Amino acid sequence: MNSLGEAFAAAWKLIAGFDAELAQVVGLSLQVSLSAVVIATLIGLPLGAMIAVERFPGRQTLIVLLNALMGLPPVVVGLVVYLLLSRAGPLGSLGILFTPTAMVIAQAVLITPIIAALSRQIIEDAWREYDEQLRSLGAQRLNAAMTLIWDTRFSLLTIVLAGFGRAAAEVGAVMIVGGNIDGVTRVMTTAIALETSKGDLPLALGLGIVLVTLVIVLNALAAIIREMALRRYG
Amino acid sequence: MLPLELDQLTFSAGNAAIIRGISARIEAGPRTVILGPNGAGKSVLMRLCHGLLTPTSGRVVWHGSKNGDVRRHQAMVFQRPVMLRRSALANVVYGLKLAGKSRSQSELRAMDVLEVVGLAQHAARPARVLSGGEQQRLALARAWALGPDVLFLDEPTANLDPASTQDIESIINAIHASGTKIIMTTHNLGQARRLGDEILFISNGRLVEHTPIDRFFKQPASAEAATFIKDEMP
Amino acid sequence: MRMLGSAALGLALLGLLPGPAAWAQKKFITVASTTSTEQSGLFKHLLPIFEKKTGIQVRVVALGTGQALDMGRRGDADVVFVHDKVAEEKFVADGFGVQRFEVMYNDFLLVGPKADPAKIAGGKNIIEAYQKIAAASAPFASRGDKSGTHAAELRLWKISGVDPRTGKGGWYRETGSGMGPTLNTASAMNAYAFTDRGTWLSFKNRGDLVIVVEGDRQLFNQYGVMLVNPAKHPHVKKEPGQAFVDWVISAEGQKAIADYKIGADQLFFPNAGR
Repeated sequence: MNSLGEAFAAAWKLIAGFDAELAQVVGLSLQVSLSAVVIATLIGLPLGAMIAVERFPGRQTLIVLLNALMGLPPVVVGLVVYLLLSRAGPLGSLGILFTPTAMVIAQAVLITPIIAALSRQIIEDAWREYDEQLRSLGAQRLNAAMTLIWDTRFSLLTIVLAGFGRAAAEVGAVMIVGGNIDGVTRVMTTAIALETSKGDLPLALGLGIVLVTLVIVLNALAAIIREMALRRYG
Repeated sequence: MLPLELDQLTFSAGNAAIIRGISARIEAGPRTVILGPNGAGKSVLMRLCHGLLTPTSGRVVWHGSKNGDVRRHQAMVFQRPVMLRRSALANVVYGLKLAGKSRSQSELRAMDVLEVVGLAQHAARPARVLSGGEQQRLALARAWALGPDVLFLDEPTANLDPASTQDIESIINAIHASGTKIIMTTHNLGQARRLGDEILFISNGRLVEHTPIDRFFKQPASAEAATFIKDEMP
Repeated sequence: MRMLGSAALGLALLGLLPGPAAWAQKKFITVASTTSTEQSGLFKHLLPIFEKKTGIQVRVVALGTGQALDMGRRGDADVVFVHDKVAEEKFVADGFGVQRFEVMYNDFLLVGPKADPAKIAGGKNIIEAYQKIAAASAPFASRGDKSGTHAAELRLWKISGVDPRTGKGGWYRETGSGMGPTLNTASAMNAYAFTDRGTWLSFKNRGDLVIVVEGDRQLFNQYGVMLVNPAKHPHVKKEPGQAFVDWVISAEGQKAIADYKIGADQLFFPNAGR
């Protein structure tokens, strides 16, 4: 079994050769998944913070629901978004099926619950510690929520990275709503799936290695930022 | 703000009655020490006074309050200082900005109080890397900076070594000298004697004695107080 | 300073948001086609020629024939390019397609392990081969995904008089996936598999698999192309879509199809209008 060796050779060839087609696929992967993570964060973080500091009927149910939605199967998300965006579906007139926009939407749907649920947990833990002090200083709910988000930002960064990892690694949703169109909606994971079905396992695995390397580099960067910031702000 | 009147105050958590009908009138001027054994309900009483807890029945009335905004005129320092994840200076500025001061005003004021509590050289350091004693001094500075009419202190030196305790006590006296009413809890007789002008002795959720400090130690009126003094005295 | 830092980070991330302007570029049509045509590399050869001539970009979504037709039915494609004559004719008859044109054919093959447990290697009769596989209960990997290839495979089983479902879970394994994954499965468990020649020629993970039956007239695999009916779906890009249909059946398109080879092997044989 020298397939692994071949895979590393293929990965090295891909990186060293800096193939324009590969660069485009990698670029689109990053663009789609980063956009999705930005959108999911803009929605999920305030949502998580709100649930953490507010008390309202149905809150516990909402928490259970969000926690469960963290395990949403990408294929199901893809299918639902597909049916929504399909010409025969309610949002068909937008005409964005099989575009990167559709892929961003699907991935954002997939990871918003992850970001909301995990940030809810972290912010609520911090809220328990800060609650009395912040109220004593006269902070209103919104103000308190912002303070908690800021003070837990390093933990929240880890959550955002987890969301990004999930988005960049999933194939089920983008395959369905993107269609894996060469040069338009082909990203790392769908390219890997395609090469696998063509039986070119070394190339598929090589692409996989490139993807994993990319995710590692991004996480390392985030870890460095976190480390520096922690040293600065405690 | 003052006098502060407690009218038949009770507080229960679940089925457990923690404060059982306390009535008292606390006047401006003397340093008031709420004294009592562990579990007597001192901290809960203080949180009811400060408005962090809502009484199960009875009322907390600030007779001297001109408008409804009583929170603005009081501050509280907790047994365990809650430090925001930012610099010492920013921790003080945070409270001032919540009170509606401008950034430049806040920073000037914050530097002044840090100077007074002896933390000026640590202004830029992350609050969370300061020692326990320094953190408590910072918490005092944060409260003092607001220029409150009343300052509540809940066992402010319970976790500190003797040297830090001494620092804290002299700051409390300085705050008192600047015209702020001090109301603090302690279970430490020595501290009560050093800092108190009058004593509210609490036992088992009831107010047992409300007397000037000298009389309390020379001739306690109640058997509970006498026992407490005898047990706690070295 | 830290506020500035986070603001800069935010802006940097927003910069990555794909602007609509970047995506709403040139004229394009969406073609629903089959994995066999996509994976054989035919489109990579064909489409640049068409785009260069007309300026129309063709975006191919490769699925099984059943799914591709469904995509057309939902109005998510402008053109459907598939290989299941019966289903295609129904698609047109139901009003979802305008008119079906035959484009080209390739052929199906039966591949299997070198060890050849059913003793059918070198045969020319696919029906006989099927019967022997069933008799020997030799492992057989089927697409099981309602694709054109799957439909063709099932049609031949029917002629052979064997109901493969009797071997379900035993020697007859439905992978429920595309041609490539099914070949991967067959290669891993040394099973026979029914495949189109195009996918087979471009397939790299063959392991012990070799061609065992080919050349039977019944293995003929006809491709058809049709415009999705604008009367059903008004947003269908009628002119560019029709331009693509017209081109693949034109002399120029037909020659381009014939020119596509892997090594010395021609994969598809144009037969439009014949």
